[in-house]
Amino acid sequence: MIQLRSLTKRYGSFTAVDGVDLDVPRGELFGFLGPNGAGKTTTLRMIAGILRPTSGSVRIADIDLLANPMAAKQRLGFIPDRPFIYEKLTGTEFLRFVAGLYGQSGADVERRGRELLALFDLEEWRDEIVESYSHGMRQKLIISSAFVHKPEVIVVDEPMVGLDPKAARTLKDLFREYTRRGNTIMMSTHTLEVAQSMCDRIAIIQRGVIRACGTMDELRSSAEAGVTGLEDIFLRLTGEGLARELVEVLDA
Amino acid sequence: MLEALHALLLPKLLTARARARSKERGRAARTVVLAVIGVIFWAFAFGVLQRLLAYFRGVPEIGPLLAGKLLGLILVAFFSILLLSNVITALSSYFLARDLDLLASAPTDWLAFYSAKLIETCVNSSWMVVLMAVPMLTAYGTVYDGGGAFIGLAILSFLPFLIIPAALGTATTLVLVNAFPARRTRDILSIIAVIAAAGIVVLFRLVRPEKLARPEGFRSLVDFIAILRTPTSPLLPSEWVGRSVMGWLTDSLDLLPLYLLWSTAAASVVLGALLHRWLYARGFTKAQESSQQWAREGWFGRTVRTVLSPLGVVRRELVLKETRVFFRDTTQWSQLILLAVLVVVYVFNIKFLPLTGEGITFFIVNLVPFLNLALAGFVLASVAARFIFPGVSLEGRTWWLLRASPLPIRELLWSKFWVGMAPLLVLALAIVGVTNSLLQVSAFMFVVSVFTIVLLTFALAGLAIGFGTLYPRFETENAAQIPTSFGGLLYMMSAVGVIGAVIVLEARPVYSYLAAISFRGGESPPTAELVIGFGLAAAVCLTATFWPIRIAVRRLEALER
Repeated sequence: MIQLRSLTKRYGSFTAVDGVDLDVPRGELFGFLGPNGAGKTTTLRMIAGILRPTSGSVRIADIDLLANPMAAKQRLGFIPDRPFIYEKLTGTEFLRFVAGLYGQSGADVERRGRELLALFDLEEWRDEIVESYSHGMRQKLIISSAFVHKPEVIVVDEPMVGLDPKAARTLKDLFREYTRRGNTIMMSTHTLEVAQSMCDRIAIIQRGVIRACGTMDELRSSAEAGVTGLEDIFLRLTGEGLARELVEVLDA
Repeated sequence: MLEALHALLLPKLLTARARARSKERGRAARTVVLAVIGVIFWAFAFGVLQRLLAYFRGVPEIGPLLAGKLLGLILVAFFSILLLSNVITALSSYFLARDLDLLASAPTDWLAFYSAKLIETCVNSSWMVVLMAVPMLTAYGTVYDGGGAFIGLAILSFLPFLIIPAALGTATTLVLVNAFPARRTRDILSIIAVIAAAGIVVLFRLVRPEKLARPEGFRSLVDFIAILRTPTSPLLPSEWVGRSVMGWLTDSLDLLPLYLLWSTAAASVVLGALLHRWLYARGFTKAQESSQQWAREGWFGRTVRTVLSPLGVVRRELVLKETRVFFRDTTQWSQLILLAVLVVVYVFNIKFLPLTGEGITFFIVNLVPFLNLALAGFVLASVAARFIFPGVSLEGRTWWLLRASPLPIRELLWSKFWVGMAPLLVLALAIVGVTNSLLQVSAFMFVVSVFTIVLLTFALAGLAIGFGTLYPRFETENAAQIPTSFGGLLYMMSAVGVIGAVIVLEARPVYSYLAAISFRGGESPPTAELVIGFGLAAAVCLTATFWPIRIAVRRLEALER
C-alpha cells in the first residue's frame, strides 16, 4: 500500500532522507523508529504529500503521489506530531470540515464523527471551540479527523504524545482493529514498548538511511547476539552509547 | 536586581540581534524599501509641519500660541495611542507570552520581572510613536531655532512621556485580568481599543476642525487668544511635554513641567510595581483559564449550509470555515468597526464638499465623481488589506491538514477570493451608490462608476490574495498585524498603481465624452475612444485579478512547511 523508492530529501547541503526504499503491504501496522533528527518526520511528511521529495517516488495504493496527488491523498489520512488546528471551530465543525476536504458530507459523516468523538471521550466537548481544548484533547480530535473519511492508509507521527493512558489504550485497539480490516498504518514513535507490542514490522532510520527493517525476530538476528529487547536492538543499531557519559554530565 | 533584569532582557536583545543579522532571502531589499518609505514619510511630515510652523512664527502674538496648541493636540493623540497600545501589549507580555511558563517556574525576582516586562511593553508599544515624534520635534526645533541642546530637552521630556502610559497601561491590564480571564480580556480590550480609535476619528471629523482655523467665528480676538492660552488638559502629561518644549523654544523655560513628568513617571512605576506584587500571581493563575465558548449548529447554520449546497461539498465547507473563523476571532471582526468608521468619514467628507457657488465649473463637478472613484478604490484596497490579504497567512499552522488532503490549491485560493470579494463588492457598490447620489452625478458617470468599481473590486481582491500568498506571515498570532507587514505595504503600493492606471486610462475618454455632450451639443460621442479606454482599463483589472492568483497557486503548491 505504501511504496517508497530511492526517496531523498535535501535541504541545501544537508540530506535529511537519503535514498529510502520501503514497502508496507495492505493490512500491516508498520513502525518507523529512529533517534531525534533521523529523518522520520520528513519521510512521513513526504508520504503525506506535505513535502516534495528531492528525488525518488512515493506510491500510495499503487498511485504515484507526485504524478497524481489528488487520487493518492484521497486514500490517505495523516496525523501530525503537533496538534495545530483551527482554534475557532468546534470539534464537530472541524471533523465536518476535514470530511468536506475529502468531498464527504451527510448523515454518514455526522454519525462517524459522533462515534469517533465518543470513542475518545470528547462527546461532551464536541460543540466547544477548540481553543479551550487541552493538548491531549486536540491530539484526540486530530486522530478522529484522520479516520473520519475512512482512508485506506494512515500515516501517524508520534501518536501517543499527550494522550492519557485510556486514550492510548483506545488508540492501540483502534489501530489493531483498523489494520485487521485490511487497512494500513505507518507510525513513527519513540515509545519502543508500543512499537514492539503493536507493529507487525519495524524500520529503524538513522541519518536519513534505513539501518534495519523487518519483524522483531529479523531485527534481533540482524543485531549482535544476546540482544533481545527492541530498546537494545535500537541502541545497538543506531550506535547510541547509552549513559556513557552520564556520570561526567551529572558531575559537571 | 540589576543582574536579574539584565538576564531577563538578554534573550530579547539576542533575538533582535539575530533577526537583524538573519540572512533571509530578500531581507536587504525589504530593508531598503522600508527605509525609503520611512524617509519619505519623515520628509513629508517634517515638510508639512515646518511650513505650518514657519507660517505661525510669522503671526505676531498668537503664532507661538497656535504652535503650542498644535503641539498639545498632537501630544494628546500620542498619549491616547500610547495608553491603548500599552494596555494591549501588556496583556501579551505579562500574561500570554510564551516565555512566561519558564519565568514563572524559575526563582525570578518579582521586581526584575516587573521591570523587564515593563521595558518590553514600553518599547513594543512606543516605537511607532517615537518614529512619528522625531520629524515633529525636529520641525519645532528647526523653525524656532531650538539649538543642539533642544535634542537633549526633547529626549528629557519625551522619555517620561513614554514611561507613564506604559506603567498606567500595565496596571490597567493587571486589574482587568484579575476581573476577567486573560483570553476574554484580550477580546474585550481589542474591541475597546478599536471603538476608542474609531470614536476619536469620528469625533475629530464630526467637529469639522477646518472651521476652527477661521478666527472670524469668534466674538473677538481677545476671546480667541484667551482660548488659545488656556491649557487644554493641565493634568495630562502631554500638556507638560508641550509646555516644556514650547517653554524652551520661546526662551521661557519652565522646569515645573519637567519635574511633573519625571515625578509622575517615577510614582507610576513605583505604584505599578506595588500593584504588580499584590495582584500579579493571582492574575497569572487566572490567565491560564480559557474562556468556554459553545457553538452548536442551529436553524440558521442549517439554512446557510443548504443555501451553499450548490457550491459542492469542498467549496461549501471552505466557505463555512472561513466565515466561522472570521466571526469568532475578535481581532478580525472588530476591525469591521474601523471599516464602518472609514466609510462614515468618507461619506461625510463627500457630503460637505462645496460643489456649488463661484468658481465651481462643469469640469470640476464632473472631476469630483471621477476622483471619488479613485478614493473609493483606495478605501476598498485598505479593506482588502485588512480582511483578504491575511487569509493565506492564517492557514500557516493548519497547512499540514490542507496539504495532506486532496484539496486543490486553486480551490482554496479561489474560495478565499470569493469569500472576501463578495462583501467587498457589496461595500464598493454601496459607497459608490451613496456618494454618487450625494454628488448628484449624471447617468453616464453613474454607469462609469459602477463599471469601474466592480472591476477594481475584482482586481483589488485578486491582488490581495496574490500578495498575501507571496508574502505570508505564517507565525503571527494576531491577524491585525499581518496587513502592516512588508507584503501588506507592497500590496497597497500595487493596489494604488492599479487604481491609478485605471483612472488614467478612463480619464481621457470620459472627458472627451462629457465635452462632446455638454460643450459641443450635437457632436456624436467618441465611441472608439470610449471602447479602447474602458477596454484597456478592464484588461488591467482582469490581469490584476487572475495573474496574482495564478502565481499564488504556483507558490503555494511549492510551499513546504
